[in-house]
Amino acid sequence: MEKITKNDVHPKIVEALLRDTNITVEDALENEMILNMGPQHPATHGVLRLLLRLDGESVVACVPELGYLHRGYEKLAENMSFYEFIPHTDRLDYLAPMANNVAWALAVEKLIGIEAPPRAQYIRMMISELARIASHLVAIGSFAMDIGALTVFLWTLREREKILDIWDILCGARFTNSFTRIGGIANDAQPEAIAKAKWFIDQYEENLDECERLLNSNRIFIERLEGVGVISGEDAVELGLTGPSLRGSGVEFDLRISKPYLFYNDMDFKVVTYPEGDSLARYFVRADETRESIKIIRQVLEKMPLGDILLNQPKKVLPKKTEIYSKMEELIHDFMIVNFGVNPPVGDIYSAVENPKGELGFYIVSKGEGHPWKCKIRSPSFVNLQSIPHLIKGRMISDVVAIVGSLDPVMGEADK
Amino acid sequence: MSSLKELIIQKLKDKFGSVNFEFSEFRDELTVLFDKKNVVEVCRFLKDDNELQFKLCEDVTAIDWARSKNRFTVVYHIYSIKNGFRLALKADVDESGCSIDSVSSVWETANWEERETYDMYGIIFNNHPDLRRMYMPEEFEYYPLRKDFPLMGIPGSNPLPKK
Amino acid sequence: MGLEAKLTQDGIITSTIDAVVEWSRKNSVWPMPMGISCCAIEMMAAGDPKYDIARFGSEVMRFTPRQCDLMIVAGTVTYKMAHVVKKIYDQMPDPKWVIAMGACTSSGGIYRSYNVVQGIDQFLPVDVYLAGCPPRPDNLLNALMQIQEKIGRTKAREFRNKKLPGPIVLQNN
Repeated sequence: MEKITKNDVHPKIVEALLRDTNITVEDALENEMILNMGPQHPATHGVLRLLLRLDGESVVACVPELGYLHRGYEKLAENMSFYEFIPHTDRLDYLAPMANNVAWALAVEKLIGIEAPPRAQYIRMMISELARIASHLVAIGSFAMDIGALTVFLWTLREREKILDIWDILCGARFTNSFTRIGGIANDAQPEAIAKAKWFIDQYEENLDECERLLNSNRIFIERLEGVGVISGEDAVELGLTGPSLRGSGVEFDLRISKPYLFYNDMDFKVVTYPEGDSLARYFVRADETRESIKIIRQVLEKMPLGDILLNQPKKVLPKKTEIYSKMEELIHDFMIVNFGVNPPVGDIYSAVENPKGELGFYIVSKGEGHPWKCKIRSPSFVNLQSIPHLIKGRMISDVVAIVGSLDPVMGEADK
Repeated sequence: MSSLKELIIQKLKDKFGSVNFEFSEFRDELTVLFDKKNVVEVCRFLKDDNELQFKLCEDVTAIDWARSKNRFTVVYHIYSIKNGFRLALKADVDESGCSIDSVSSVWETANWEERETYDMYGIIFNNHPDLRRMYMPEEFEYYPLRKDFPLMGIPGSNPLPKK
Repeated sequence: MGLEAKLTQDGIITSTIDAVVEWSRKNSVWPMPMGISCCAIEMMAAGDPKYDIARFGSEVMRFTPRQCDLMIVAGTVTYKMAHVVKKIYDQMPDPKWVIAMGACTSSGGIYRSYNVVQGIDQFLPVDVYLAGCPPRPDNLLNALMQIQEKIGRTKAREFRNKKLPGPIVLQNN
């Protein structure tokens, strides 16, 4: 962190920092300091730049600056077909890549007007919930590491490695695996993957209890987090928070129950909410949500039917390789889909799923061509980050780290 | 669900008789198109009404149609937690006089979303508390998501440090 | 072999200064993780109990450039971030090495767009390029071993009379 004067910062940012001040000194920055928690920082969860205006140790105003990881996703989507964009959706929220794949596949299927077969949908549910557990484990681990408890980070990463092993067996890649396809999934779940998933959920709860025993009654942990970054339910909805940050303020809003997708309305689980609205409540929400995910995975593994994993509709869905090499019709359809893309009807849809970070939405506008005319990605981390200036006002610098960690932003998705 | 759609259509027509609404439905979602000068009133009514309560603003974005008349369309997606219903609002914006009123006084979420739309498309939002660029550096002169901006960028527009 | 055997026998070890210096340098490479996006998660995974990076001497991943000698650029570098990466590279003391981890830093990766630098060797001298999107943690350990071999080939006298760099002027941002 370096001290900079107001001549080093862009004038528009200085204007934003000095806004709504109730200080009547002539030069407001004489007694105060602008501190730059720069894009490269151990505790800002990626490349986020926070410009803080400090009065001693307490923060008077804060201006976040994004855009250090802006890779131009929306412009890229306008130039690629729907199939070609699947690997790009992996890199959005890179802690839970499977969940983004499922979100994109659901959005395009809604636009085209098809539905994947039941076995594919059950497998999609299983990998979404595994992605949720993986993401929350990293969130808890790095959050605890920022507060100072280094051991918890290593233990949660060890659990996460087991989930990455399951994905490795399932589709060949540990991480950023583009597993879903439009109309189903890439390949079937092998028996080893299912057995490993069963073994994982049986031994997960004890390991989570072990990590929680270190933290839940730890005096330092609780005193550092209780009452820090409080936001009420009304304000949270006003600011657009979704996901665990909203459920930690008492609002019971979960897209898996309000607008169910896949087979979530057949599953029996509860939505975890805590009414306090501080950082400790958000941490508890995440830890308990992983337990609910274990319940869902257990039910999925019991109820999974046998059957196809890719829809059999050659005009819209890439047909299987064995049929392409032996039948003429399928060969023609494969050629058309790969070269020109699936041609959906003219129109626009918005489809949202419940990602581990919040609500991930895709707004796709189609003019009947093989590539979208416009694709907007509504990322939860972008909207969650907007609440930082509200939560930080009046607190000290060390609380900034705790608050950013409890909101759990991922810059790959906030910067698109 | 269809009764809620009819309720919304009825309420909007009753309250804003002079405004010309165009309702359309695609894949079971309702879209309302209206003139850009009524944006703030319609949004405030939808948020404050007791039965509707569209308190969560999910998304604000724009579409560039690349045509000479009414080049842009600004799209708002709002959600009502009480009824579990999502609504899309649209307003056309012309290229000359490329501006529309800001709804950040109605929903706080729209603050950053509108800044992002300004950064990417160049649409100015009147009465916005803090209209700055979001992703691109302040010195950048172009608007990336417009259809006349090439994918690889314009050489020289973004400086790189020397080796 | 072993140091203890030699010490108990004669009490004297003979070697060259070069060998001692480069032996100590390569077995205690302190990396500076410039973790920007997805590759940073695999870099973190290289530090977890399964793929231990601590056994190579890189236990401390200091986030301050003044104490490091290896910079691992992990993640897509955009034009806005390039100035920050260069600033931090300049603040590292000599001798220093750079690993370009992943496809995005080597050549732009899957992003051929207006805001992504197509390869960080346009503004940084790179020693080892790693392929992968993201490369597995064992791949990163392989790259670390290549860096150790490269350090093993340098001579201590290369850095002896080198001119000190001038004062670093902080850029306005």
